[in-house]
Amino acid sequence: MAFYFVQFLTGLASAASLFLVASGLSIIFGVTRIVNFAHGAFYMLGAYVAFSLTERLSGPLGFWGGIVVAALAVAVIGVLVEIVLLRRIYHAPELFQLLGTFGLTLMVEDLVVLIWGPDDLVGRRAPGFKGAVDFFGQNIPSYDLFLIALGPIVLGALWLLFQRTRWGILVRAATQDRDMVAALGVNQKWLFTSVFAVGVFLAALGGALQIPRDAVHHAMDLRIIVEVFVVVVIGGLGSILGAFVAAVLVSELNAFGILIFPTISLILVFLVMAVVLVVRPWGLFGRKEAPARRTPGLTVIPWRPLSSVERLASLVALAFAAMLPFVAGNYALTVGSEIAIFVIFAASLHFLMAVGGLASFGHAAYFGLGAYGVAFLAKMAGLPMIACLLLGPLLGAAGAAVFGAFAVQLSGVYFAMLTLAFAQIVWSIAFQWVAVTGGDNGILGLWPEKWAASPSHFYWLALGVSAFVVSVLRLITFSPFGYALRGMRDSPLRSESIGINGKRIQWTAFIIAGTTAGIGGALFAYLKGSVFPDNMGISLSVDALVMVLLGGVETVPGAIFGAIVYKALNIWLVSQTDWSKLVLGIFIVLIVVVFPKGIVGVVESIMHRRRAVAPKAAALSAKMEGAQ
Amino acid sequence: MKLSVSNLNSHYGPAHILFDIGLEVGEGEVVALLGRNGAGKSTTFRSIVGLVALREGQILFEGKDISTAPTHEIVRSGLGYVPEERRIFTDLTVEENLEVGRQKPRPGAPQWTREKLYKLFPNLGEMKNRPGGRMSGGEQQMLTIARTLMGNPSLVLLDEPSEGLSPKIVEQMVDAILTMKKEGVSLVVSEQNLHFAKLISDRAYIIERGRICFAGTMAELDARPDIRDAHLSI
Amino acid sequence: MSLGVSLLSVEGLSKSYGGIQAVRNVSFMLQAGEILALIGPNGAGKSTCFDMLNGQNVPDSGRITVMGQETTGRKPREVWRLGVGRTFQITATYPTMTVRENIQVALVSHHHRLFDFWTPMISIERGEADRLLDLVGMAGYAERPCGELAYGDLKRLELAIALANQPKLLLMDEPTAGMAPRERVELMRLTAKIAREQSIGVLFTEHDMDVVFEHADRILVLNRGSLIAQGSPAEVRANREVQAIYLGEGLLYDARHREGAPA
Repeated sequence: MAFYFVQFLTGLASAASLFLVASGLSIIFGVTRIVNFAHGAFYMLGAYVAFSLTERLSGPLGFWGGIVVAALAVAVIGVLVEIVLLRRIYHAPELFQLLGTFGLTLMVEDLVVLIWGPDDLVGRRAPGFKGAVDFFGQNIPSYDLFLIALGPIVLGALWLLFQRTRWGILVRAATQDRDMVAALGVNQKWLFTSVFAVGVFLAALGGALQIPRDAVHHAMDLRIIVEVFVVVVIGGLGSILGAFVAAVLVSELNAFGILIFPTISLILVFLVMAVVLVVRPWGLFGRKEAPARRTPGLTVIPWRPLSSVERLASLVALAFAAMLPFVAGNYALTVGSEIAIFVIFAASLHFLMAVGGLASFGHAAYFGLGAYGVAFLAKMAGLPMIACLLLGPLLGAAGAAVFGAFAVQLSGVYFAMLTLAFAQIVWSIAFQWVAVTGGDNGILGLWPEKWAASPSHFYWLALGVSAFVVSVLRLITFSPFGYALRGMRDSPLRSESIGINGKRIQWTAFIIAGTTAGIGGALFAYLKGSVFPDNMGISLSVDALVMVLLGGVETVPGAIFGAIVYKALNIWLVSQTDWSKLVLGIFIVLIVVVFPKGIVGVVESIMHRRRAVAPKAAALSAKMEGAQ
Repeated sequence: MKLSVSNLNSHYGPAHILFDIGLEVGEGEVVALLGRNGAGKSTTFRSIVGLVALREGQILFEGKDISTAPTHEIVRSGLGYVPEERRIFTDLTVEENLEVGRQKPRPGAPQWTREKLYKLFPNLGEMKNRPGGRMSGGEQQMLTIARTLMGNPSLVLLDEPSEGLSPKIVEQMVDAILTMKKEGVSLVVSEQNLHFAKLISDRAYIIERGRICFAGTMAELDARPDIRDAHLSI
Repeated sequence: MSLGVSLLSVEGLSKSYGGIQAVRNVSFMLQAGEILALIGPNGAGKSTCFDMLNGQNVPDSGRITVMGQETTGRKPREVWRLGVGRTFQITATYPTMTVRENIQVALVSHHHRLFDFWTPMISIERGEADRLLDLVGMAGYAERPCGELAYGDLKRLELAIALANQPKLLLMDEPTAGMAPRERVELMRLTAKIAREQSIGVLFTEHDMDVVFEHADRILVLNRGSLIAQGSPAEVRANREVQAIYLGEGLLYDARHREGAPA
């Protein structure tokens, strides 16, 4: 009994930091409508800065002062980020905001390693809370008791801040009706900046308070951000009380999940999240959001199928690509195969995102499931390669069918957060369920059969499958189903009022995208000869997003070009610099701020303008963007 | 001239809503902007305070050009706006709603305090801690006006203050507007209700399909039943 | 008036939000080929009424029957499948598709072909789409991107989309809002012509009284959620209570300013 109680207290103690970070995210979202992916990065920065300060400052005052100063310093960094970056993207589509802040996260991850080095750092114990309290033979660290008390104190302090101060009242008013607050003479710009500062302060404080409990390391941002997303999805985005309740719930589920399903503890959290979403799609304390706004005038160029000339050009390009083995060496062919596989992956996400308007932040889950599907079939069932390639992707399809059924109930940022959380759950199953998946060691020895073993044969296989998948997706895009899917993206109201069951259409699209991603994953497993949990990791999901956005989300062939350019650049960067994440992060931020239409989008609009079909609409949209 | 609007054109997306609107308000004057539903009254107000992104034309407030200023600066310079849909903050109490509207006193403009406003709208004083969402339509309408007055404006744009209110509340509204006028606030009041407008205003503009089609004193309007019937009645 | 079942019958429809009665016990009927206008001041409950007829909003009580089938509480897409077309106050179209494609999507849905993954859309129901475009006078617009259309053209396109499932009943929410005066007349003449030719019942809300009095066969007047009058345009025009609402001449002013009442 005592053991369970101690376990319960450990859960409560973990909830404190989680609550701090989640409430910060919620506050920022409430007012600015930005889901700040970089919140995990600020949490991590808080921990690193606090580590340095508490190492240098001595005594209890040095420690506690260091914690607070660290949080304040990171808040100042947050203010700079808000002024320099976020102010430029408040009017961009939600997806770009999420991606922009993700780029920031990547930059911070490398900067942290640059400054503090790659090793885990173990910080000081908190003065006054070094010991442990005995509870019927079980030890409870006294610092845990401090954190347990801190959670409700912060909740109360935030409540006072929002109920009793003019600033808090303005923030609550702005959460409900931003324009009306401006119409009463409040400067939104500075209100937003101050809200962002408070949110970042909370995240950094959460990170700083972790040093006596946990080592500081450069991957702690992603771990916390996924948990925070789960917390706000359960608690309801924008609700501080919801963040508190859900933080406690999730931490307790983690604490006890380890006892019940030691290998796959996250399953429990997932189940609870699924139940909450079915019963209350906007979270326990959340409210239904207004539908995501479309940025006016972003696109007016309708898609059309390829003309016969263009079709011929594509075939010629494909033929040229097929010649590669006659001129290039084995390394180039391997790179070529990898690019072909990523074209499949990017095209599958593009289908979901561009045609369906559903921006998945966890698409790698289905890529990885396809890869694991192949590994299971080849290693456990011993099936031949062809059978594995055909059946492996079905695991991706199954995963997409299950997760998609929940995900399509939501839209916009909720959809993005939920897909990310699902992907992370799949990842942690692969990581934790060592008996089946081999855990971190992965599954090795998946070599192609003889007919596909040589680099040139494998390249042709990858290229052929890639061309086939892209063609099929393109065919679907211009089929009635593709139009119905686009219709749901353009105007759910219109679709519903012409008899379209939009959720069913979107769910089907999710399964199609998951299956095709699985095909990419299946080939990838054979290319690498192994599968690892990272085949379904967040960074892979984001790679896919960047490829789609780089190519241009509003174009049909964008994903192909995005995948080729990005993958080539990525492989080259990794060979050139140790700080690829930093470069990539800067690159993403630049795309978001300067280049929101992507490569193909820019080319298309230039060509479109040349044809001068619609000078009037272009002028109007330019005017609208200028006015925003 | 307190407010002078000339050649104002506004668009919502592809729809051109206002065409060359011209409008003038003198110091301490109450001007009615009359017109049927959808005639462009609200859009005119929203354009003046900078809530319509696509607007062109000249807007002078106390001699200063505000046609490109951001909303909060326009409001802080003393131009108050009471929106049509009441748009009170439903989660906030009466006191908190008033707090959002509070601005520093402005020299030359009448000053308002909570106590003074509770005297003007006694109902509000009785429900200081009630959330806005749990108030009747009339109470909400009073709260929006009181909230704007907390910014100590010298001119107020009042969008359809009598809409959907019971006669008794409308009567209170008339008194409140007259009190505001007596305190020295200039007003533009948009209305469909001709008789309400007659009780409060010195002059009137009639707007129809986004164009001003009549401007004159109330007496001049009375002398033209043809205009009234063409643009206001059914 | 025919003796058969009426096209649309509404009985005792009520809806309240947070203690405010938005629609109170509204009942009316609509016959095939009839054009019925629903008017009233802002906030009178027109939109709420409309949304309930369309299935976007579920009434607290009351019954809605379309061609003998009860539709109360059904989803909009189910109501549509019974033959009810709808246009919106703020147009809802697919801006990234061409004009023709906008109609093709509705036609494909009507023919239950949404889950066709292979046939190129370009060849599906093209002729029927062009016929509908021709019907609303937009034959030359088929290839134009919908996002570039002028507002009045969008409204006509919405009408064509609404006709795609060969409806028996059209619900039009402020069909002429935001249009130029000449466009208004044209659109309503067109609607009336189609309604008469195909014997479609039309229910529309409208702020422009010229449009209402010129084109409606019958008018319903809603005020504060209740139906306060219904009848022919002449009857409604002569109704004292309706005049009072539209001139805003409440009882208060009736006493104070009797001389101001319209002749």
